Amino acid sequence: MRTTGINTSNVTMTTRKRQSDRQLLAVIGYIFLMILAVFCIFPFLLILSSSLTEESKIIEDGFQLIPTAFSLEAYRILFEFPDQMMKAYGVTIAVTVLGTLLGLFMTAMTSYVLARKDFKWRNHFSFFFFFTTLFSGGLVPWYLLIVNYLDLKDTLLVLILPMLFNVFYIIVMKSFMSSIPEAITESAKIDGAGDFRIFLQLIIPLSKPALATIGLFIALGYWNDWYNALLFISNDNLMPLQYYLYKMLGNMDGIRRAMLGSGAVVTTSIPTESLKMAMTIVATGPILIAYPFIQRYFVQGLTIGAVKG
Amino acid sequence: MNRHGFWGEVVKHKTLLLMLTPAVLFFLLFAYIPMTGIVLAFKQFNYAGGVFGSPWNGLDNFRFFFDSGDAWRVTRNTALYNIAFIIVNNVLQIAAAILLFEVAGKWFRKITQTALFLPYFISWVVVGAIAYNLFNYDVGTINVFLRAVGMEPIDIYNTAAYWPLILVIISAWKAIGYGTIMYLAAITSIDTEMYEAAEIDGANVFQRIFKITIPNLYPTLIILILLAIGNIFRGDFGMFYNMVGNNGILFSTTDVIDTYVFRSLITSNEIGMSAAAGFYQSVLGFATIMLANWAVRKYDKDRALF
Repeated sequence: MRTTGINTSNVTMTTRKRQSDRQLLAVIGYIFLMILAVFCIFPFLLILSSSLTEESKIIEDGFQLIPTAFSLEAYRILFEFPDQMMKAYGVTIAVTVLGTLLGLFMTAMTSYVLARKDFKWRNHFSFFFFFTTLFSGGLVPWYLLIVNYLDLKDTLLVLILPMLFNVFYIIVMKSFMSSIPEAITESAKIDGAGDFRIFLQLIIPLSKPALATIGLFIALGYWNDWYNALLFISNDNLMPLQYYLYKMLGNMDGIRRAMLGSGAVVTTSIPTESLKMAMTIVATGPILIAYPFIQRYFVQGLTIGAVKG
Repeated sequence: MNRHGFWGEVVKHKTLLLMLTPAVLFFLLFAYIPMTGIVLAFKQFNYAGGVFGSPWNGLDNFRFFFDSGDAWRVTRNTALYNIAFIIVNNVLQIAAAILLFEVAGKWFRKITQTALFLPYFISWVVVGAIAYNLFNYDVGTINVFLRAVGMEPIDIYNTAAYWPLILVIISAWKAIGYGTIMYLAAITSIDTEMYEAAEIDGANVFQRIFKITIPNLYPTLIILILLAIGNIFRGDFGMFYNMVGNNGILFSTTDVIDTYVFRSLITSNEIGMSAAAGFYQSVLGFATIMLANWAVRKYDKDRALF
């Protein structure tokens, strides 16, 4: 606390007053933030607890924050017939890896060109991309294009292609690359390096922080995508994880049949409610585990985005 | 631009143009070509004729969309939800950001921020599973609680009136981390000399928040709000569809333009009307975003989108 040398009672009184204000704010702050934090975490604990509760207890007492009767039955069943789930995992991993690598490379390449100040038409092209966020033909023409004209229904490609570019990521990446001093590329140019080599060998290594951030945003988008599957996937072998979970939440009977195969065993003993919750945990697991480590890259990304508007 | 200048630029930057080609093709294919498909809004679509061969039917699709009363219902819902989201989310996010900045110790801040940001990372499908866990009539947590305290359980999935509140809370829950971090970044960039000066002048911590921190957030706030207003006719399909799905009982309070367009296309296969509703949304959206951008430009030229 800052106090001056002049020790009048007035100063000490304001100091004391200020200290009590500070304490009041601290009390309000800690309580408010703690409630918010609990509010954000609570649903995850509910799901986890429900997935670990014995089915008969759920039917009897409902979902509880603490398992009334602990049981791993839901997970046992999930991993006893893992075919569908593993397939969905495989699809999601393939789509996420391919989509992220390709999307990140393309985004970086596009952004670099737009960041080149000597490229006369960079603003025209920027607007060409940006305009698509202002106006669109709507869902119907886009859907018909993909289904009727490109014939991409029930392909792995339809889960990757529509999300390959995102104008916002191009803008953020472009503003990052614009801040790389031109002197660095100038000297390479004098040495006779072409534009593509400059991009590959100089710009990419220098853009690592932005690449990490945008790459994680792209990966999260692919991992969490269910929309493209909802529209375009009807083949069970191509269902990504989130869409599989969506189907499972809505139609347990169908999934039950799919899990047990045609030579159905005793289907009535399957714990429907806890299984839904266990499936949710399994589908979210990798994100929850990776989250503490990757969180700061997202924060970084938001901060770049916020500053550049 | 003269011919020589044009070709001169092409030759000079042929590598750059080549590097730009994938993106240009992508946006041509997935954004600009579909724009020509808006003609569907004025057609009676059949698969044999396709987008351009189907017969015209004037404004019939629009007439159907507006006369049924659907247009008004989904437009009202979309706009009202977005207004509620803008107000509630921004107030909560700013409050959380200020309090994180003012009171929290390093560790508390880190842990809280991590907790608040978590919902941002999960898919809307998982949020749907959480909603099911909370709201189910027989086994849902909320009804477990109501029964435990001796109250009647409530049938949330069959009562439209609960949903505006529920959706506002869920939207706030999902967005709080993202927004709080944005505002925290803005607060952190406020010149600390201002705080020091205020302290010397004897300002208490509340005066400091209301006289310095919040006014310094206005530029960020105004831009974010204007941009959000520009998107006021775009509903968050993922949220509405995973919370409500095709549950018609709830449509009076939960149907937004995006879910309506989706259902018309996929469920009821009314392609012409779906295209008309989509076209209506695109035009409305374009107009509001132009208006919002004009407002941003008036307020602060540098922050305008274009």
